[in-house]
Amino acid sequence: MKITKDQVFKWLECVKDPEIPVISLVDLGVINRIEIDRNNKVTVEMTPTFAGCPATNYMKQEVEQVLSEKQLTFEVLVSYESPWSSNRITEKGRQALKQFGLAPPPKYQVIPDLEILDKVNCPYCDSSNTELKSPFGPTLCRSLHYCSNCQQAFEQFKPL
Amino acid sequence: MGHRQNNTALKELLYRIADDLLILGHRNSEWTGIGPLLEEDIAFSSMAQDKIGQSLVVYQLLQELGEADPDTVAFTRNAQQFHNCQLVELPGTDYEFSLVRHFLYDHSLLDRFRQLTGSGYQPLAAIAKKFMGELRYHVLHADTFIKKLGTATDESKSRMQKALNHAIPFALGIFEKSPFEQELITGNIFVGEAHLFEIWQQEISKIVSDTDLELPDLDFSRAKTGGRTGKHTEHLQPLLEEMSEVFKLDPGAEW
Repeated sequence: MKITKDQVFKWLECVKDPEIPVISLVDLGVINRIEIDRNNKVTVEMTPTFAGCPATNYMKQEVEQVLSEKQLTFEVLVSYESPWSSNRITEKGRQALKQFGLAPPPKYQVIPDLEILDKVNCPYCDSSNTELKSPFGPTLCRSLHYCSNCQQAFEQFKPL
Repeated sequence: MGHRQNNTALKELLYRIADDLLILGHRNSEWTGIGPLLEEDIAFSSMAQDKIGQSLVVYQLLQELGEADPDTVAFTRNAQQFHNCQLVELPGTDYEFSLVRHFLYDHSLLDRFRQLTGSGYQPLAAIAKKFMGELRYHVLHADTFIKKLGTATDESKSRMQKALNHAIPFALGIFEKSPFEQELITGNIFVGEAHLFEIWQQEISKIVSDTDLELPDLDFSRAKTGGRTGKHTEHLQPLLEEMSEVFKLDPGAEW
């Protein structure tokens, strides 16, 4: 039976970011494209969030695992041809990040000035009375912030 | 391959970028566990991780152009085969020097990638755009600390000034011209080191002028050059030996 791209996307929704297990690779926006040729061979092209992200290989293996469970012929590629940006995180993904306690990155049209990091909305109380503590956090994709309204430290998924 | 005639020039450019990233990434990682503040420990470790990750991507581009695989290139060459500028190989013996180097170098790297987003070599233009996004955080971090420590106490100012005076001749060496400079420019691969130097000079002057620090003379005749053609300080070879220690225990190991 001929499989479809939609089916493959659905399967990949089960694969989560190992460091933020509430968001799927699809919602994270790291799946560049899916191709299915006439022999039902599936090609998935992924791209890392950050070049130094240690989870890239792990995510690739997870995708391979899912496709091999479906007993398909497949190839998973990692490419920088169409690089990731935080704008690719879906609305569903943004909600999941917020519920996880991570401020989602703001969507932008032109590359934002990093001053926006100083008024990130707190994921707990929504206040913008916050400050950037450090542009580097526990993983490459997170920064450290403090909310003066609810007096809690929080992290943001960095805009990139 | 429309760029075959420029391959040697292109490879030289890629090697200088990748080697800078790998060596500075290694030096940054030396602060892991011993940073003066927890946030700074995390910052230098994160910047190390970004830079080493970026170096891998550039070594992969080189592999596509016919060079050996990234591990072989990173771990089996000796100092004379590295194209990094001398600035990045100097030991980060004190924190102020590491910060000042990070400030001077990362501005040049962000500017370099900004220029490369317009490169006619498409794979390089694509990664340049991505790396710029990552490096903006490094530069933000550097500028914050230069401004903080460059306006704080007499001790912080004098230590930052001393580090700046020491680092500048090496920083000028970042812009040592490639033997293929003209080819890169006319081939629309890169705008060239002289142009990059102009942009960098304006940027760092602007930041330093917001502090009580004084920017030393940026006359290029003071530059410590040679790194780009394999002439290094005595500090690079020991760094390479340490970096490749585990790899060399069992080069064929599967991880």
